[in-house]
Amino acid sequence: MNNQPGQGSGYPNTGNAGGTYVQPPRQDTEYICADCYAKNEIKSREPIRCRECGHRIVYKKRTKRMVQFEAR
Amino acid sequence: MPSAVDRRRLVGVHPERVSDVSSTDFPGHYPGEDNSWDLEKFRKNLRVDITRLSNRSIEFDLVGVDASIANAFRRIMIAEVPTICIEHVYVWNNTSVMQDEVFAHRLGLVPLNVDPELFEMKTPTDSATDRNTLVFKLDVTCTRKQKAPPDPTDDNVLYDHSSVTAGDLVWVPQGEQVELPVFIAKPPAPTNPNIVLVKLRPGQEVSMELHAIKGVGKDHAKWTPVATASYRLLPSVTLDPSKPVPPHRADKFAKCFSPGVIEVDSTTKAVRVNEQALRGESMSREVFRHPEFEGCAKLGRFRDHFLFNVESEGPYTPERIFPTSIRIMREKIAVLRKAAQALLADSDDGAMDATSERVSVEQGINVASTSEGTSGDVVMMET
Repeated sequence: MNNQPGQGSGYPNTGNAGGTYVQPPRQDTEYICADCYAKNEIKSREPIRCRECGHRIVYKKRTKRMVQFEAR
Repeated sequence: MPSAVDRRRLVGVHPERVSDVSSTDFPGHYPGEDNSWDLEKFRKNLRVDITRLSNRSIEFDLVGVDASIANAFRRIMIAEVPTICIEHVYVWNNTSVMQDEVFAHRLGLVPLNVDPELFEMKTPTDSATDRNTLVFKLDVTCTRKQKAPPDPTDDNVLYDHSSVTAGDLVWVPQGEQVELPVFIAKPPAPTNPNIVLVKLRPGQEVSMELHAIKGVGKDHAKWTPVATASYRLLPSVTLDPSKPVPPHRADKFAKCFSPGVIEVDSTTKAVRVNEQALRGESMSREVFRHPEFEGCAKLGRFRDHFLFNVESEGPYTPERIFPTSIRIMREKIAVLRKAAQALLADSDDGAMDATSERVSVEQGINVASTSEGTSGDVVMMET
């Protein structure tokens, strides 16, 4: 049985999970500064602050999942 | 010359109306004349003259056909001559300010330089193959330039890839497309590499795969091979010999028309129509506003003389679009002919088919009227 109900484990954004659910090893995710667009790695319990400019608003990166559109 | 013009060919243009709009060359309109359609006569009258041809557009005259035929060709050129355009967009990343669906729509409108003859139509149920799909990649990231001057003014000085243009589309050959000599000579790409698709700032990125398929303009306007395909009727100006223009008013008379249409003799001040310049006449009807010129000139348009203007935007050279539209028209006629012949072939049991169909339709109506209460109009149709 799969640990995640209703969701296949083959999704690309579940890290390098192969067949079974594995907690992604990287806890620190990359964020993008809302002011200077610099990439920031912010670990948990770290102050949310851009290393480049000190701005306190950061964006989470967009999902790496592919989205399909019709060019109409 | 004016007397040589067949008045029946002319649409009258009057101060506040037009007259004789419909053609009259059909049997039974003129007593004692046989105006039935005749191939030899049609062949004699039919003419196509190219008056101007450039890299992107063509102007030609189509003479001796009915408006229905000329209009059919115009519509086919706009809506049924196929081209290849981006239809499916697979987005992995798009951090630009433009929404994915808006960006996808913009990508669809980019004209590609691929000859549609090389490809097959892909129906929604078909799977993508190298015969019906072209694949492009678009991977652009905007970055700050390392040695940019201090005062920020120009995007191109400060950043790399500050705008994503049509030239950034990279063709990814699929299957046998690598070996196609046409593609080796001219790799698939947008006809114009300078179309700006979106503007980026440092850190913003677009990453997507694009699938281009063959289609026609009636499905979506992006597949239209022409920017415009239009026609107008050749103008006609006839001077009345019994009512000559007074010599002292000749220059004013000439000014009532587009430049060059009316020529004034410098010594005698006699006016005459320059037949070559007539197609440039704007038909402003200015001459009708001046009482002194009443009855001097008659304006009209030749009902069967079409001045086409076709602007190509895409893979077709302008002179190829009209012949392609003729081929498509012939294909349509061939289908219709086949259908008509099939209908004639089983016309004896065709009558029976028709009645049985009618019965089934009526049964369907009865079923509908019993199942739904609100079918008063259906009942009326039955009675």
